[in-house]
Amino acid sequence: MTTPHQQPQAQPPGGGPAAEAPSTAQAATQTAQPLSYTKPPQQAPAQPPAQPPAQPPTQPPGADHAAQYPPPGGAPAGAYGGGYSSPIPITRTHLGHAIASEWTKIRSVRSTMWTLSIMFVLVVGIGGLSAVGRAGEDNISMPMLSSGLFGLMLGQICIITLGVLVVTSEYGTGMIRTTLTACPQRGRVLLAKSLIFFLLAFVMTTVACTLTALIHHSVLSGPVDRLDYGYTSYEESVKAGEFVVQDGEWLGATVGAGLYVALLGLLSLAVGALLRHSAGAITTMMGVVLMPLVIALFMVGEAMETLREKMLEFSPLNGLASLYLIPMQDDQDASGWPLLGLLALVTAGALMAAYAMLTKRDV
Amino acid sequence: MIELEGLTKRYGEKVAVDHLTFSVRPGVVTGFLGPNGAGKSTTMRLLLGLDRPTAGDIRIDGRHYDQLRDPLNYIGALLEAKSVHGGRSAYNHLLCLAQSNGIPERRVPEVLDMVGLTAVAKKRPKGFSLGMGQRLGIAQALLGDPRIVMFDEPVNGLDPEGIHWVRTLMQQLAAEGRTVFVSSHLMSEMSLTAEHLVVIGQGKLMADTSMAAFIHENSRTYVRLRTPEPERLRNVLHTAGIPAVAVSDGSLEVENVAAARLGELAAEHRIVLHELSPQQASLEEAFMQLTAGSVEYHAHTTAEGPEARRGGQGWGQGWQEGR
Ligand SMILES: Nc1ncnc2c1ncn2[C@@H]1O[C@H](COP(=O)(O)OP(=O)(O)OP(=O)(O)O)[C@@H](O)[C@H]1O
Ligand SMILES: [Mg+2]
Repeated sequence: MTTPHQQPQAQPPGGGPAAEAPSTAQAATQTAQPLSYTKPPQQAPAQPPAQPPAQPPTQPPGADHAAQYPPPGGAPAGAYGGGYSSPIPITRTHLGHAIASEWTKIRSVRSTMWTLSIMFVLVVGIGGLSAVGRAGEDNISMPMLSSGLFGLMLGQICIITLGVLVVTSEYGTGMIRTTLTACPQRGRVLLAKSLIFFLLAFVMTTVACTLTALIHHSVLSGPVDRLDYGYTSYEESVKAGEFVVQDGEWLGATVGAGLYVALLGLLSLAVGALLRHSAGAITTMMGVVLMPLVIALFMVGEAMETLREKMLEFSPLNGLASLYLIPMQDDQDASGWPLLGLLALVTAGALMAAYAMLTKRDV
Repeated sequence: MIELEGLTKRYGEKVAVDHLTFSVRPGVVTGFLGPNGAGKSTTMRLLLGLDRPTAGDIRIDGRHYDQLRDPLNYIGALLEAKSVHGGRSAYNHLLCLAQSNGIPERRVPEVLDMVGLTAVAKKRPKGFSLGMGQRLGIAQALLGDPRIVMFDEPVNGLDPEGIHWVRTLMQQLAAEGRTVFVSSHLMSEMSLTAEHLVVIGQGKLMADTSMAAFIHENSRTYVRLRTPEPERLRNVLHTAGIPAVAVSDGSLEVENVAAARLGELAAEHRIVLHELSPQQASLEEAFMQLTAGSVEYHAHTTAEGPEARRGGQGWGQGWQEGR
């Protein structure tokens, strides 16, 4: 592709009178390429009908102009030359374009606004209420920031829904055909969608969780009169008669929780791409998140004990709870980070499966 | 230039497109005709790389669709089904497409204006009428100012003014040297716009010819005669060596003889004529004739199909061989 500076003959410096320079684009193609079709293109406007004539030559020259209107180098020469060549700049598309496009898409539908606002209200609202509720008690039943989990357990459903909808709404409406026509590199579309959604979900969830944690901190920290806690791990929540935040608690209850929920959302996006059906994908994700816990609740008796313990340990909700330092399994020192790593691996696997299916299947 | 080579697509047992080989040249409007379920939309989806061919190849200027680095600048397509998210405003819909191909944003209001949707640019397509949706689709197709335009039944749902507009638009686009490939069921509509014609039936190629040749081959002209004395007229014609066909409604049809000559002949023998009218079989009839054998989905309410009227399938095939 030639740069604008390499073709000075075609256009006098400074643009020249508009009448003399029809369009550099056309001038170039008309002279350079054989006309292999029956009807020659019309001399003057190589433009669609009602389009206003304000096109390249009349624009003021300059760096901006040059960047905006590179000459059409995308036209393959030879046998397929001639035809029509557009005054609109030809751009070699890349991931950046797909990302810009996906950002416009995600911010221009109502479901994004709704799911994120509801998530915010649930996380901060329920979190704030439980913080205020705990302020009256003088026994410490759990670490300071941990009641943020209650709101987030509901709020994550919104992120899961949004993740699913990012893909399935395109299948439901037929938009996917338009999307893949505009960007036939299907992997690029999936990657752009994943990046945009993940960043948005991560930032929003982390902000909501951080706000909740700050509310907890401002409401709950201070001296405790009576030490009436059952579990040893909560001893660390009390130092010198003060209710304090444990080591690693801040990180887990903000960035950790944000990452975990955003990953769950990304997993939902992958499941949506695999199933191509909103209700199906959302139901599947609800099952993934809730079923291990529900099944474990119904597993009674000695024989089932180890299985039950495993179900609890690998339940997605346990990962989140562990980040808030209130794990559901018996090992009360379990950290949520290994489970977050596991979730990341599962998500990566699901995305790869989604990519494979997307490239293989008809739309 | 679009080139198909032995293009075949199966959906399970169903062969939607069956060894299609033809090409679509720039500079003219190429009409793509076929009855319902003939495989027109499937062919277009295959071209856009949305569906993968079972066999054969479909190329755009020698390349596959996914090898195009600037797809919207290359091909603008209006797909059959509304392929728009109903909840995203027309403006944002076009904007996200423009961004995905690095097309400057100022192009969005331009194309909206071109199709007459400026007033509803901020409205969501969910509430659009059929014709408005079609206009948005056309705006989308023109967004990248493409050198190839492909419309799947563009006049579907448009009002007369809109139909006229699409017709002129397509001709204008072709005159600018673009490749215009447009599908339709309506032969009469195509005869007004298309210069070249590709007809398929049940996924198979039935005709690939210029519109002029098609009209020439297929517009059967004849003269209809009506008289209170049909027997006498027939005898007179017979004596003059003119074959006449009696039609069920009591009139006679004569081919290849000028109406003037027939009138003079009748006057000579003092036969009263109630009607002496030159007739032309419509292109629609010719089209039905051509695809008669390949219509899969037809209604069973009409007593008399095109097959019954002029005995059938061999006609289309013979014609195809003759090209
Ligand atoms: N995704 C699909 N799965 C299964 N069969 C399909 C699919 N798409 C098309 N077909 C079948 O392929 C055949 C061709 O369909 P297509 O939509 O291409 O026809 P068409 O020529 O566009 O018809 P119309 O004029 O009604 O729009 C039909 O019999 C249809 O049932
Ligand atoms: Mg169709």
